[in-house]
Amino acid sequence: MKVNCNIDIKHLTRVEGHGSIQIRIEDGKVRKANWEVVETPRFFEAMLVGKHYENAPYICGRICGICSIGHTLASIRAIENGFEFTPSEQTGKLRILLKHMETLQSHILHLYFLAAPDFLGVGSVLPLVDTHPEVVQAALRLKLLANDMCDEVGGRRLHPTRTVVGGFTMLPDKYQLKNFQQRLKDSLADLTASADLFATFVIPVFQRETEFVSLKGEGDYPFIGGRLVSTDGVIKEEHEYRAMSNEYMADWSTSKLSRLSRKSLAVGALARLNNNFNGLGPPAREISEKLGLTPVNHNPFMNNVAQLVECVQVVMQSIEIIDTLLDTPWQEPKQRLEVKEGIGVGAVEVPRGILYHCLEFDKEGRIKKADCVIPTSQNHANIHHDIEDLAEWCVEQGKNDKEIELIAEMLVRAYDPCISCSVH
Amino acid sequence: MKTERTFLGVPIVKPKVGFFDLSSCEGCQLQMLNNEASLLDFLSLVEIVNFREGMKEKSDDYDIAFVEGSVTRADEEERLKIIRRNAGVVVALGSCACFGGVNQLKNRFNDLEWVKRQVYGDFPIETQEAKPISAFVKVDLEIYGCPIKKEEVEKIVTKLVLGQEITHPNYPVCMECKANENVCLFDLGEPCLGPVTRAGCDSWCPSNRMGCWGCRGPAPAANLKQLEKIAEQKNISKERLLDRLECFGGFGEAAREMRTKVEGGR
Repeated sequence: MKVNCNIDIKHLTRVEGHGSIQIRIEDGKVRKANWEVVETPRFFEAMLVGKHYENAPYICGRICGICSIGHTLASIRAIENGFEFTPSEQTGKLRILLKHMETLQSHILHLYFLAAPDFLGVGSVLPLVDTHPEVVQAALRLKLLANDMCDEVGGRRLHPTRTVVGGFTMLPDKYQLKNFQQRLKDSLADLTASADLFATFVIPVFQRETEFVSLKGEGDYPFIGGRLVSTDGVIKEEHEYRAMSNEYMADWSTSKLSRLSRKSLAVGALARLNNNFNGLGPPAREISEKLGLTPVNHNPFMNNVAQLVECVQVVMQSIEIIDTLLDTPWQEPKQRLEVKEGIGVGAVEVPRGILYHCLEFDKEGRIKKADCVIPTSQNHANIHHDIEDLAEWCVEQGKNDKEIELIAEMLVRAYDPCISCSVH
Repeated sequence: MKTERTFLGVPIVKPKVGFFDLSSCEGCQLQMLNNEASLLDFLSLVEIVNFREGMKEKSDDYDIAFVEGSVTRADEEERLKIIRRNAGVVVALGSCACFGGVNQLKNRFNDLEWVKRQVYGDFPIETQEAKPISAFVKVDLEIYGCPIKKEEVEKIVTKLVLGQEITHPNYPVCMECKANENVCLFDLGEPCLGPVTRAGCDSWCPSNRMGCWGCRGPAPAANLKQLEKIAEQKNISKERLLDRLECFGGFGEAAREMRTKVEGGR
């Protein structure tokens, strides 16, 4: 029987922000396969013009309710790079620790609350409270741990209060850090159970070759600053981010889009893992191999698995970072820096992929121009082309309406899109 | 409606609740999920029937609508009016919904064409001045903050469900900050709107040594003249005070007056 379907999903659920999917198949021919971004733009780049630099991290953090820490840190890095200031080692460690806990919090939120219900055949996490209480409890424990640590290090889990240009307004309590380290060690049991659970999920065997862009680690798994790399062999410096993201507009999206060597590119956990597999620690690597994820993997649904692998990676790294913090006496939380005229770029790997902030200052430190390139906007074109190929794949597989609708939704959710972010 | 729990022997009616988002970071909705320890308890108090960010099922049959975000496009105006028609109680959730939030920072240029060009060049894009939801529909209750404080929301929602009176403190954040025995940020050379901002957050930012940015709007008893005087004594520029007064839109006219002073002084 030839496949026929007409799917029109307005405002897809269980994703951050507003996007729509349309697929029309007639007699086995794909007539239309679209990913549309309808989110309202908020104009953050314009808001910043004329503002003193200290406003940028505070305002830009509000671009996103999930990765506010990432945005805050990207703005801070852009400013510090612009003023040619290098933060202290202590500040660097605390920022990575904070970043790791945001990654853990965000990945767990996505894996359990947004992605898992599809694999378990329910519409939200709510029915799982009764049917899979141990799964929900494990998710809540992991999320609570990550959020509690964000409070301790960044002052607040959402829109952090202690993160400022030059360092932190105040430092965490060492006794608390020690406790958190124990909770991190304990959380490995929940993460192992999560890996066992995800091993039971049937992941669609769909592939579309694309170009993966991320930071490139120097023997480690990178999160803040450094060189930019793609699986097609492009290597650029942080300040050359524009050549890596090449933003453009299209009439089907209020978000900008990106491309590099091909018609689209992908960023996110899968991109990071594809580019930095060797930087993973042994436990994360082991779980990745166990779940069938080795580079270069071109199945977008595997982004879910890559996120799980990263959860293990950031927990292991955080345990180590806390060790080194506990071994050294606290230095001053914040250093002074000198304002300079110039431009600074900050590249940070946030949960959904690589994020760039670029700020240009006058000699008094007021912002002349701002540019933020968001992970989800870099992914939009890739999602769109995936949907096109997925529709063809569904025809080959002889899928019915309901199956096509679900799998298309699952594909978009696998990217964990942050649409309000992308149309900041 | 289901009746499962009782309060003082009286059965509690579980209201049907919907969460909706206009232009925002969706962080306030996430805050609802962000208190893992009490989340399951909270969920047992209401029946969530519409929460696009968290669930696939949706229904237009709800008693209470929590609306996050400000209105910045015509279609949002329409959505908001439909929500108002469907809901018995409309709650503005967070500073964007209450005052326009950071989104209203673009209004200060008084030139939307320039704003659009800054970000999109010549590409056609639709936007209007960012406004709070009260500019378009009747709002029954406002929950302040960027972000909202989950503990406060839980308290408010519990009162709403039990039919108790809901009041906001009329004193400023400064009072909570003193009670928390914090070092005064003015003494550390930091600007702070604690003396004029409505309390209820338990001096969230100042307790982390970040001066208050006024996200909850002015306290009824706010003395802005006195704030200006303190800032002057502490050598804090009007521009830094202005940055905070205009950040979330809660201080409206006072912020605009300060902008005139700052621009006149340049």
